[in-house]
Amino acid sequence: MLHSILSGDYPRSRPLAIVLALVLVCLAFAPFLFPGSQPLNVAAKICVFVILVASYDLLLGYTGIVSFAHTMFYGIGGYGVAIAMYNFSPTWPALGIGIVVALVLAILLALLIGLFSLRVRAIFFAMITLAVASAFAILASQLNEITGGEDGRSYRIPEMLRPAFRLFDEPVLGVMINGRILTYYLIFLSALILFLLALRMVNSPFGRVLQAIRENDFRAEALGYRVVVYRSIANCLSAGMATLAGVLMALWLRYTGPDTTLSFAIMIDILLMVVIGGMGTLYGAVLGATIFILAQNYLQVLMGKFSGMLEGAGIPLLPNLFHADRWLLWLGILFVLSVYFFPVGIVGKLRQMRK
Amino acid sequence: MSTATETSATVTLPKVRIDYLPVLLVPILMLLALPLVGSFSTWVTLTVAALAMGMMIFLMASGLTLVFGLMDVLNFGHGVFISFGAYVSLIALGPLAGWVESTNLWLNVGALLACILVAMLVTGALGYAFERVVIRPVYGQHLKQILITMGGMIVAEQMIHVIWGASPIPLRLPEGLRGAIVIGDAAMEKYRVIAVVLGLLVFGAMHLVLNRTKIGLLIRAGVENPEMVEALGYKIRRLFVGVFIVGSALAGLGGVLWAFYRQTLTAGMGMEVNVLIFIVIIIGGLGSVGGCFIGAILVALVANYTGFLAPKLALGSSILLMVVILLWRPQGLYPVAKR
Repeated sequence: MLHSILSGDYPRSRPLAIVLALVLVCLAFAPFLFPGSQPLNVAAKICVFVILVASYDLLLGYTGIVSFAHTMFYGIGGYGVAIAMYNFSPTWPALGIGIVVALVLAILLALLIGLFSLRVRAIFFAMITLAVASAFAILASQLNEITGGEDGRSYRIPEMLRPAFRLFDEPVLGVMINGRILTYYLIFLSALILFLLALRMVNSPFGRVLQAIRENDFRAEALGYRVVVYRSIANCLSAGMATLAGVLMALWLRYTGPDTTLSFAIMIDILLMVVIGGMGTLYGAVLGATIFILAQNYLQVLMGKFSGMLEGAGIPLLPNLFHADRWLLWLGILFVLSVYFFPVGIVGKLRQMRK
Repeated sequence: MSTATETSATVTLPKVRIDYLPVLLVPILMLLALPLVGSFSTWVTLTVAALAMGMMIFLMASGLTLVFGLMDVLNFGHGVFISFGAYVSLIALGPLAGWVESTNLWLNVGALLACILVAMLVTGALGYAFERVVIRPVYGQHLKQILITMGGMIVAEQMIHVIWGASPIPLRLPEGLRGAIVIGDAAMEKYRVIAVVLGLLVFGAMHLVLNRTKIGLLIRAGVENPEMVEALGYKIRRLFVGVFIVGSALAGLGGVLWAFYRQTLTAGMGMEVNVLIFIVIIIGGLGSVGGCFIGAILVALVANYTGFLAPKLALGSSILLMVVILLWRPQGLYPVAKR
C-alpha cells in the first residue's frame, strides 16, 4: 500500500522520514493545530511552494537543465484564475475554463521554448529562459486591460471558498469550518496528489531516462533515447505543474499581480529552496520549501531581535548584517555553501548519515 | 638559400576574410528607421541616445562574453559588478562634491573620471575575489556555475543593502554635463555624447589590445582553442584571471555610466540589465567581442526606435531581435569556433 503510494521511493533515512511525517501531519491538521490566519497562511504557502519547487526539481535535479522561466508558468496559472474570475464570474465552471486555458498556454509555451533552445547547451537554455521570462513579466505589467498592470487583480472566488461560507453550523474541534479552511484543504489535497504524481513520474522508466540524460546526455542519446524529446516533455510537465501551483496560490491569495507571481525574486526563492533541500530528490522540495518559508516568516523576527540586541551593545555594522530584511543574505550564503559542500542538500546529507 | 627566404617573405599569408554583413546591419537599420520615424531631428536624437545606450551595454557585456569565450564560464552574477561599480562611485563623489557642483566643465569631467577610476579599481579587485572564491572551484561544471554565480549574486546584492542601505539613492550628474546640445532641431543630451565617446574609446582600446598585442593574441587563441594555448606553454589560468578582472572592471565602468544615466542607484540595477546583456552576447555570438559590440548597438537601436514608434512593443523588442538574428545565424552574428 505505502509502497505504491510512494512509488517505491522511500525517504531511506529515519530522521528524514520523521521530519517528513511531522511536516505532513502539521500541514494536514494546520487549521486545528495552529489557529489564526498567519499560521494558516504560512501552511498554505508551504503547500503551494512544495509543488512549485518539486516541479522545478523535475527540471533542475532530475533532468539537469536550468530554467529561469519557472515563475512565468507559475504566473500563467495565477493569471489564468485571475482573468477568469475577474472578467467572467466567480463560479466553478469559469474557474475550470481558466485553469484549462492556463495549462494549455503554459504547455505550448514550454514546448516552444524547449524546441527553440533545448537542442543546444544547458547554458543557452538558461539564458533564453531568463530573457523570455523577463519579457513575459514586462508584458503582464504592460497589458493593463487584461492583467491589471502593476496593480494586479483582486477578485472573488467561488462562494464555497469564501471566508463567509460555513460548512457546518457548529465548530469542529473548536474550529469553525469556513470557506477559508475549505480552500486550505483544497490546496493541501491538490498539493499532496500532485506531489505523489511527481513521485510516480520520477520513479517510472521515463524518470529513469531523465536521470540518465542528466548524468550523460551523449550516452543516453547513443542508447537510443531522443534527448530533445525527453527534455521537452520534462519541460512541459514541469511547466504544467508550476501552472497548477500558480492556480492554487491564486485561489489562496484571491489576488494576482506581477510581484506575487512573476518577479525574479520568486525565481531566486525557488532556486534556494531546491538547492538547500536537495536537488534530485522530491523530498528535498518538501524540506526546502518548509524551511525557507518558515525562515521567511519567522527568521526575520528573530534576526530583528538579534540586530536590536547588537545595536544596543553599540557594535557597528553588525546590526546591519542581522537586520530583519537581510535574512536573504544568510540564506544566500547557505545556498552557496550547499552548492559547494553538500550538493545533495539536506536530504542527501540525512541519507548519507545512515551509512 | 637566399632565394628561399626571399620567396617566403614575398608570399603573403592568405587574408582573413572579414564578415561585413553584420556590420552593415547597423546602418541599414538606421536608414530603415528614418522614414518610419519621419522627422530627421527626432531621428538624430533617437539614434544618438541609442548609440549611448548601446555603448554602455557593450561596456557591461564585453567582459562577460570574453570570460565565457575564454574559460567557458558563464557568470550569472555579472550584474553584481555593475551594481557595485555604480555604488562605489559614491565613495569618490563624497570628497569630490565641490567638483560636481562646480561650473567648470573640466572639473565635472574630472569628477566623472574619478568615479570611473575608483569604480574600476574596486570592481576589478572584487572580480579577483569573486573568481578566487566563487568560480574557481566549479570550473567545467555548468550547472554548478549557474547556481553558484546566482548565489554569489544574491549574497553580493544583499551586501550592497548592508553597506549602503536598502533604499534607492539619487545620483546627480555633474553640473556641466546636464542639459543637451541643440544642433538645428536635433537635441542631443551632453551626457549621452560623452558616453558614446567613452564607449568608442574603450572599444578602440580593446580592439587594439586584442588584435595588436601578444596578450590579445593569446586571449583570442584561448577563445578558439584553450587546450592548444596551454600545450604551447602559456598559463591560460593566469590569462583568464586577468581577463576576469578586466571584465569586472569594465562592468564597473559600465555601471557608473549606467547609474549616471538613470540618476538613481538601486542594488537590483545590475540584475535588471543582466537580461539585456545576455541577449546582447547571444546575438553577438558567445565569446565574440566584435559581435558583442554590434549586438549592443543593434539592441539599443531597436529598443529606441520601437520605443518611439510602438511603446508597448519596446520592452519585448530585444527578444524579438534575438529570435530573428538566431533564425538567421543560430550561433549569433560572429560564431566563435566550436561553441
